[in-house]
Amino acid sequence: MSIGQSLRDQRRELATFESRLAVAGLVILAAFALLVARFVWLQVIQKSHYHTLAEANRISIVPAVPNRGVILDRHGEVLASNESAYTLEVTPAEAGNVERSLEELSQIIDITPRDRRRLKRLQEETRNLGSLPVRTRLSEVEVARFAANRYRFPGFDVKARLFRSYPQGEVASHAVGYIGRINEADLKRIEAEGQAADYKGTLHIGKLGIEGAYEQDLHGTTGSERVETDAGGRAIRSLSREAPQPGNDLIVTLDLGLQRAAEEAFGEYRGALVAIEPKTGDVLALVSKPGFDPNLFVDGIDPQSWDQLNNSPDKPLNNRALRGQYPPGSTIKPFVALAALSAGKRTPEFTIADPGVWSLPGVERPFRDWKQGGHGMVNLQRSIVVSCDTYYYGLANELGVDAIHRFMTPFGFGAQTGIDIDGELPGLQPSSEWKWRRFKQRWYAGDTISVGIGQGYWLATPLQLAAATAVLANDGRVVKPRLVRAVRDSRTREIRELPVRNGPTLAFRPEHLALVKAAMVDVMRPGGTAARAAEGAAYQMAGKTGTAQVIGMKAGEKYDEKRVKERHRDHALFIAFAPAENPKIALAVLAENGGGGSGTAAPIARRVLDYYLAGRRNAGAFVEIAEPGGD
Amino acid sequence: MINRAFHLVARRIDAPLMVTIALAACLGLLVIYSASGGHSFDRVLGQVRNLGIALAALWVVANIPPQAIMRLAIPVYVGGLLLLIGVALFGEIRNGARRWLNLGFTTIQPSEIMKIAAPLMLAWYFHIHREALRFRHFAVAAVLLAIPVGLIVRQPDLGTAILVFASGFFVIFLAGLSWKVIGALAVGGAASLPLVWGLLHDYQRRRVLTLLDPQQDPLGAGYHIIQSTIAIGSGGILGKGWLEGTQSQLDFIPERSTDFILAVFAEEFGLVGVLLLVTLYLTIVSRGLYIAAKASTPFGRLTAGALTLTFFTYAFVNMGMVSGILPVVGVPLPLMSYGGTALLSIMMGFGILMSIWTHRHLVSS
Repeated sequence: MSIGQSLRDQRRELATFESRLAVAGLVILAAFALLVARFVWLQVIQKSHYHTLAEANRISIVPAVPNRGVILDRHGEVLASNESAYTLEVTPAEAGNVERSLEELSQIIDITPRDRRRLKRLQEETRNLGSLPVRTRLSEVEVARFAANRYRFPGFDVKARLFRSYPQGEVASHAVGYIGRINEADLKRIEAEGQAADYKGTLHIGKLGIEGAYEQDLHGTTGSERVETDAGGRAIRSLSREAPQPGNDLIVTLDLGLQRAAEEAFGEYRGALVAIEPKTGDVLALVSKPGFDPNLFVDGIDPQSWDQLNNSPDKPLNNRALRGQYPPGSTIKPFVALAALSAGKRTPEFTIADPGVWSLPGVERPFRDWKQGGHGMVNLQRSIVVSCDTYYYGLANELGVDAIHRFMTPFGFGAQTGIDIDGELPGLQPSSEWKWRRFKQRWYAGDTISVGIGQGYWLATPLQLAAATAVLANDGRVVKPRLVRAVRDSRTREIRELPVRNGPTLAFRPEHLALVKAAMVDVMRPGGTAARAAEGAAYQMAGKTGTAQVIGMKAGEKYDEKRVKERHRDHALFIAFAPAENPKIALAVLAENGGGGSGTAAPIARRVLDYYLAGRRNAGAFVEIAEPGGD
Repeated sequence: MINRAFHLVARRIDAPLMVTIALAACLGLLVIYSASGGHSFDRVLGQVRNLGIALAALWVVANIPPQAIMRLAIPVYVGGLLLLIGVALFGEIRNGARRWLNLGFTTIQPSEIMKIAAPLMLAWYFHIHREALRFRHFAVAAVLLAIPVGLIVRQPDLGTAILVFASGFFVIFLAGLSWKVIGALAVGGAASLPLVWGLLHDYQRRRVLTLLDPQQDPLGAGYHIIQSTIAIGSGGILGKGWLEGTQSQLDFIPERSTDFILAVFAEEFGLVGVLLLVTLYLTIVSRGLYIAAKASTPFGRLTAGALTLTFFTYAFVNMGMVSGILPVVGVPLPLMSYGGTALLSIMMGFGILMSIWTHRHLVSS
């Protein structure tokens, strides 16, 4: 190989290399140009898009849940409030084997089988991935023990939360109602009402009673907090906060002392009582016995308690005051009497000689008075005082069912009274038109006869009876019962009184009203059916007893209270207002299977009136006043 | 006296290269501090130590004359190959890959050695056959390269394999592999893509698919790309400011002091910062190519050129993957990312470049 050849090779090699290097340089420039283009695209052209994404990454809007308004009775005693407590919660999605963790947890925190059943139920009900309460109201010691062992239980956490607390327990439970965890039906309703945003972060909602009906006032307005979070979702710091507006407080019409006295007065009886202030419609007491503990419902009721409440033959969850529809029995006699006077079918002087039976022409079976042999000479006043059935058989026949229907409807019978909580049933004020609509049958004259003594098709709720009684006490002014009298603004603490919603005054002749009211006063006097219940009262009561049949009796069969099984005994009813000359309270009492109205229901009313009017806070243990006959 | 000492230390150091490298490294320290939360010097000090070791290695290598380096090519290559075989047989498995070899006193990653050993070996090979390069020489070179690349792919370590392959390929390319062959290889490569696809591991396929559509798996494989593009894009032209990047400071960017450090840098320093970095890289690459062009032997030219192009590849692959135009392969951003191993091989590469530059007049062709 010559030197020339070698040099040529070398030059060629160098030339190749330099050209290759040049190509490489161009590729490098192109590559960096591509990169720069990419960064310009991302950082200049698409900047705002990525800026938005970064902000969305960084900032999460956390709802600030408002504190629920408290519920106070008319004197400021607490019916529902919020209580701060620690709860142990679990997020099932993060927890792995919940059962095993619970097993281990129960060694450091007391977890009852009831807690576990409740959690299981919640897990089945809520398919979302939120956190669920395992145990509420942890003690300080338990909180500390959990904190030390937290690492062992992923997905479990202790949180300080506000709890709805019902310090009165069963007392007034049917009026106050309860809140419960928001379920899917609630969620749908909230969305339909366009309030989904306001319920972000809220776990509970009013389900029943005042809690349910005044949900909007109690809930408040949800605020929001812009929080900077890291990739793990942990909040780093708060950027800005729009404070939630707490729910407004409610001042209800109930007088808790009276409510307690009324509930105690029932003793072991099931039943209902509604006491109303006639001038305002304020419900002073609303009893449905037995009651239930609303605290059980707040964080989901455990299945065992639920079964107990739901399957009990006593039906503690049924609000008898609003939803119990009973034949009003003789308690409606003052109203029918007033109807007869107003319609001119009876004068005060008109008197019958009561033989104890009454026959409708063309009907073979006679209608019997509750008192065998009858009451002798009976005028309108005495028909109320001794509760003469025979008097009303003939009267009802002459009035006709449709006249009775027309007269009773303005008192509130046959329709919801419009009380400010949900669930009220309308009762039934029969009419010929109703019967045709319902049964496609014409009204028979015989149907009217039992309606005349509050039996047959006539059904009324204790609330309706109380409201109607209040109308009498009010001299005809229609009463709209209400449970909430004022709302206290959460920010200004200003108390806004809700308007009294009482209706128009029904036009009765004053002397007719006076006659009926006087007769009701005489009911409480010697010779009246409820005289024993008024003995020694420091005020003048006006009342009327009633009995509602539970089982039908064959004609001529004598009703024997002792022979009939307890559940088949008659319901005892009583309506009253007092003081008679200037009524401050009107009420209706129903004691299921209480037998006669005078023996069971009237004494309950007496104790309630004593508490309210005579200030006898402890009127002694309940003693059943046994009285032969009844009404 | 001081002058002489300085001369002794600095006579084999190329000032333009050194200054640019130092600037990039300082920028790296700044971002590492931010990426580690902005209140701890642990990582920064660790990286300073890494830099110290790597610079010492650079200095030592720069002081070795190119002829000596050339003589070392075979032993280093063979040694590296043996270590790779050792890895395949006895290597430690970490994160599902067998990449590390436990030597008793330390664990090493032999594939890193190949990043320098492969181009040295090929450059030596072409150097001794410089008189008459034939096609078979290129074929032999291809085999010499394929063996270590194949071993590394099997570990599996796609990022390193790509870089080793690139470093070797650059030597072959610069040595003058005919365009026809390159064209044929390109066509053949494209044609065999489906075959390669079949050979890829599941996670590698997922990375490619994720590149095409990151939203497909936003919490899994796509998370890296989505979060880093958000970081870069939201940085805008001027950036959010040092320590002020929300994506970086709130943990949204994974691996943010190592492979994804560019996302932190681009978020906090914006397009301006990115352009500065690209300028630094371009300066380094230009200087490297200049040194290659001025080298006095084929070995020097090929080595310098290939090492420079490898450095460029490092930078391009990392920037491409972080900005979402290349699949995610584990390649750090040269001179910036936290970590000692890659830094060491890069600095040794620069040492070789400086040796070639500063010894060019002493070597007669």
